[in-house]
Amino acid sequence: MTQMVEIEPPVPSAAVTRRPRSVTGSSRGQSRTAAWMILPAGVLILVFVLVPIALTFGLAFTDAKLISPTGPRFIGVENFSRLFDDPVFWKSLRNTVIFAAVIVPVQAGLALGLALLVNVKMHGVTFFRTMYFLPVVTSMVVISLLWQFMYQQDGLINAVLARIGITGPDWLGNKDTALLAIIVMSIWQAVGFHMVIWLSGLQTIPGELYEAADLDGVSNRQKFLYVTWPGLRQTATFILVTITIAAFALFTQVQVMTQGGPLDSTSTVVFQAFRAGYTQQQTGYAAAIALVFFALVLAVNLIQRYLTREKDA
Amino acid sequence: MVSTQLKRLTAVSVATGLALSLAACGKGSSTDSGGEDASGATVLKMWTHNAGNDAELAAIQGVVDDYNASQSTYKVEVQAFPQDSYNTSVTSAASSGSLPCILDIDGPNVPNWAWAGYLAPLNGLEDRAADFLPSVQGVWNDELYSLGYYDVALAFLARTSALEAAGVRIPTADDPWTKDEFAAALEAIKASGQFDNVLDMQTGNTGEWWPYAYSPQLQSFGGDLIDRENYESADGVLNGPEAVEWATWFRSLVTDEYMPLKSGQDPAQDFFNGKTALLWTGSWSAAPAAESDIADDVTFLPPVDFGAGAKIGGGSWQWGVSATCSDMDGALDYMTFAMQDEYVASIAEATGTIPATDGAAAMVDGYGEGGKYDIFRVFSKNFAELRPVTPGYPFIATTFTKAAQDILNGADPQATLDQAVKDIDANQKSNDNFAPTS
Repeated sequence: MTQMVEIEPPVPSAAVTRRPRSVTGSSRGQSRTAAWMILPAGVLILVFVLVPIALTFGLAFTDAKLISPTGPRFIGVENFSRLFDDPVFWKSLRNTVIFAAVIVPVQAGLALGLALLVNVKMHGVTFFRTMYFLPVVTSMVVISLLWQFMYQQDGLINAVLARIGITGPDWLGNKDTALLAIIVMSIWQAVGFHMVIWLSGLQTIPGELYEAADLDGVSNRQKFLYVTWPGLRQTATFILVTITIAAFALFTQVQVMTQGGPLDSTSTVVFQAFRAGYTQQQTGYAAAIALVFFALVLAVNLIQRYLTREKDA
Repeated sequence: MVSTQLKRLTAVSVATGLALSLAACGKGSSTDSGGEDASGATVLKMWTHNAGNDAELAAIQGVVDDYNASQSTYKVEVQAFPQDSYNTSVTSAASSGSLPCILDIDGPNVPNWAWAGYLAPLNGLEDRAADFLPSVQGVWNDELYSLGYYDVALAFLARTSALEAAGVRIPTADDPWTKDEFAAALEAIKASGQFDNVLDMQTGNTGEWWPYAYSPQLQSFGGDLIDRENYESADGVLNGPEAVEWATWFRSLVTDEYMPLKSGQDPAQDFFNGKTALLWTGSWSAAPAAESDIADDVTFLPPVDFGAGAKIGGGSWQWGVSATCSDMDGALDYMTFAMQDEYVASIAEATGTIPATDGAAAMVDGYGEGGKYDIFRVFSKNFAELRPVTPGYPFIATTFTKAAQDILNGADPQATLDQAVKDIDANQKSNDNFAPTS
């Protein structure tokens, strides 16, 4: 504040004495308004994020049950030793990692491709934007149920394959194809969302840069590499982080379509936590799984943040 | 300017807070377990899972109306929940101490809820309960906690013509198929080539169907879900040689191509459309079968005796009284009134299920001695085996379901069952084997 006053040009003394007071007064009012505005979000985050995380942390070291006449007892790291000894956990972890490793590059790449396609000034392009976005606003449960029908042995997909002479498997009933089937459906469902994010990034790139590039006579490929891509840096970081988190949290599709089967080929860490906590009533054990999951996502995100950091900052 | 904004924000915040607290009040008063109404009668709240089942709900409402008209001390009020959210509603009501006085419970959950202290014993109803089918009595720790109006019975629904063409003996309740006879029947029907699926056990169903439908077959082989001597371990019964034999047989139904790995969306429809020769279903299929195009060509067959006797699952929805009810006398008075033969009959009739008492069976068309549905009552009486009576049942059920699904998909029977035993034993142990706390 003092710095600001110092660099002010010389003004009549009356103005100097009045000005700082009015600035302070309105800034106190502003910060009070800001506090009111933060309050709803702050309360929500406290009640629905911070408190549950703290509770999970505590419950993970107890034998708390969903239904029990006795209260939780402290059992140390028993839940964790049991978890690391559980073959289903390692399979779930493997499936979760495979899912994320495929989803992140493929979905982000496809979304960018779609965004480039619909980022043209052409008649009817809004129609395509809407079409690609439609699955995003549809409930995942509904989509899972519909695709479950399509993936059946005598479903739509196999009927199409049969036309070109291929006998398709029972996609969700076969342990070699179930995870792949869920991956394909998940990409189809979410790709529109990230297309819109890419699109917003594309539209922040000033048109002059392209005009300048045109004057320099660069090819389309060069234009993408040296104008578009650098302009999308911030967007890319955001998309990388959000897709990764969403991919690790894979649950709805599994719960509706396969319940983790066949032979644990689609079980995921979140699905396992849900199953332990609700259907098997083991709150403490589920909390331990959730805590491991929390640590995993946090670690991956920190690595991503490090790799995508602003190098010149 | 700033202060106007502030006022508005304050007003909005206050209004939101008020709305939230009002909502909280509304919730609080509607879940109280009792109270008095305008005429001075004590109100007894009653919860049921029947919100999606109009026929059963109407029948229950009929019982309640009769009870309310029969006396003026108590007034029972029914609140119906959708089945999917019913258990969660009860669990959360219990943790906030606002359970209703009277509630219905799915049979296998009774020990779990009794152990957790949700339910009170039905003192004074023990003599009346003796008239009911054993499978509808919710007994845990030598106390009666619940009683059901009806039961359902598992059975094979078969195409009579297919059995005759294959030249196999038609089994009866007194003389069910043996394991070898069943295998021969499957082979003979398959050889005829008339059916896409010789057998359909509805493997596409999820949830409680797996333990309900398939654990009786495990028991018929001589295995079980847990050692019922003291309910402490599943070792030797769920992973013993008999259980492995069951698992191997279960998987072989798929590898021998008698049964699809996963049933279609509507196995009953597949049967009525002639795709399936034998359907593992239950008494609830009797009415649809009688109305179908092939009504003249269907027979209900008893379960197969795989060596340790023919078995079916027992226990359906039952009624009990909550431990936190403020007027236990009133709740028990209603229970005594509601469990009369007349009402057992009316509810079984409305739901198309097996009436739980002999007196009621005589009143329901088809369930009397020699009636067309009497066969299901015979199955229930002769073959019904309760699911393990331990508060650990929900865990055992989900663990068995996963193990059975893995086995059907080709997992190694011994290793899968060993893992299931390990999980179940660990859970029983971590709960001190569900010893009663009082």
